[in-house]
Amino acid sequence: MSSTTDHPAAQANPARDTWHVLTRELKPVLRDPFTLIFSLVQPLVFLGLFAPLLIGQSGVPAGETLQWFVPGVLVMIVLFGTGATGSNLQYEMMTGSHERTLVAPLSRSSLLVGRALKEIAPIIAQSLLIVAIAMPFGFRADPIGLVVGLALLAVFGVGLGALSYTLALATKDREWLFWGVQQTLIFPLMILSGMLLPLDVAPGWMRAVAAVNPLNWVVQAERALLAGELGSMVVLWGWVAALALACVGLWAGVRAIRRSS
Amino acid sequence: MTDSIIDAQGLTKRFTVKKKAVEAVTDLTFEVARGELVAFLGPNGAGKSTSLRMLTTLIPPTSGTARVVGFDILRRPADVRARIGYVGQLTSGSFAQRVRDELLSQGTFYGMSKDASRRRADELIESLDLASFAMRSVQQLSGGQKRRLDVALGLMHAPPLLFLDEPSTGLDPQSRANLWQHILDLRAQHGTTVFLTTHYLEEADRYAERVMVMDQGRVIADDTAARLKANLAGDVLTLGFASAEEAGRAVAVVQSLTDREVRREGEASVSVTAPDGDALLPSAVRALDAAGIVVRRATGVPPTLDDVFLALTGRTLREADEGGATPADEPTDQVADDKVGANR
Repeated sequence: MSSTTDHPAAQANPARDTWHVLTRELKPVLRDPFTLIFSLVQPLVFLGLFAPLLIGQSGVPAGETLQWFVPGVLVMIVLFGTGATGSNLQYEMMTGSHERTLVAPLSRSSLLVGRALKEIAPIIAQSLLIVAIAMPFGFRADPIGLVVGLALLAVFGVGLGALSYTLALATKDREWLFWGVQQTLIFPLMILSGMLLPLDVAPGWMRAVAAVNPLNWVVQAERALLAGELGSMVVLWGWVAALALACVGLWAGVRAIRRSS
Repeated sequence: MTDSIIDAQGLTKRFTVKKKAVEAVTDLTFEVARGELVAFLGPNGAGKSTSLRMLTTLIPPTSGTARVVGFDILRRPADVRARIGYVGQLTSGSFAQRVRDELLSQGTFYGMSKDASRRRADELIESLDLASFAMRSVQQLSGGQKRRLDVALGLMHAPPLLFLDEPSTGLDPQSRANLWQHILDLRAQHGTTVFLTTHYLEEADRYAERVMVMDQGRVIADDTAARLKANLAGDVLTLGFASAEEAGRAVAVVQSLTDREVRREGEASVSVTAPDGDALLPSAVRALDAAGIVVRRATGVPPTLDDVFLALTGRTLREADEGGATPADEPTDQVADDKVGANR
């Protein structure tokens, strides 16, 4: 004991720790912003190869179809990019750097929350890029709606990112299990969100499942927001879905990281 | 009140592997004084890493506890973490990050100011020779470069106690010697206590002041390398003769000089393992001469820590590494029964 009396107790400060984790996570993104393009491949493929089919099929003008389709692509960015972010943590668990951060005097929750919050940066950068790409083809976004829409995506992304990290913590070094679960979930979630094709023509059971898919509510809210219908009820429900997902994701993630060793 | 920087009391860790309880570490009790350089030596699966992971708050013990840098690992893990450095078996730097960025982030993790982090990072970049790749990402580094970064990360906050888990595994002899020079310099300059695990005999023998031999979850010997070798092993003397008949007669002559067992070795040789081999060898040659037996060849081989391990366990470290490895030391996905995460 004689040697320890001069040491004050460590002051836990989860907010400060979260900030430090967040800024560390952002460094590779800032150092090499082009990595953001790679995770945009899937949304770009759908924008470039699926949207033309949709335009041809619907018979309505390109601008109008994009007005319907692009908000879904923005949600797709979160689904494909942020939904896979757990693999980064899983990789760091396998290579050893996660263990190093566990030995550091950081609050356990900050290790997860900081990572989840970092997802906001690529989501916003990538969304703006998609909007910019779609504009020459007749897509128009309401400016205020876009800002609120990006905020909605950010909240949704924090939740989905936290869930992705939770999955990584739960599957530990079994990479195949992480991807297995992730890939199994991603396509049903995408199709049942009405992101690619309207669900109006879907059978009743599909619409029933879609009704409890938070992705569906976020997609509908994005459509309303980018069209400038800020007061629409679907916007409210989109926020409810995103906030609920963020709460569940962060709760599950913090629990998982506290339990992991 | 002692000035021990580590005080472990009955640390025990059980894992459940394939529904079977495996005790990775059993009743580990020891103290380490400030400034010591201690090595855990043992084969893979001996429980070395598990012990280190308990002492560094990564996993909670099943029973027992320890005070590390004055704080209980279970009740005050955050205080322990703030004052220890840890270099794990794998790579500490994130592969996507740049070397200097990781050092700066590490500084902020330990509550250092930006200025202090920058100064310290540049100091370590200089002293650990990281300058030529400081702006590269970790995945571009060679094994030796990665390991030097690991050590730099462990030293960012100048901890009074540094844990190293198999620090030189996978390094070529040159990099290994360099790494050790850095560790020894660090101790000379700052009096840092260094606690490491290794399964390299020469490493423990050459650098550690104190060697704790571990096997199957228990510490089975704890002393300086020199004393372990003198007490538990001894020099191996081998004497060669012209015929088997002479060798047969030689056994009795040599046996009269020592209380250690003299063995026939091959066709026309005898051997004995004795602590005072260098003195026994000339007297054995003289006694055999007097008995009319001509010694054709004589060798005296000083003991290694492997001989110590053999004397203690009945098998060599290499044999233990190959056959005796239990999955218990690397509990990857099987720690489900330890629901009490090492959270603060």
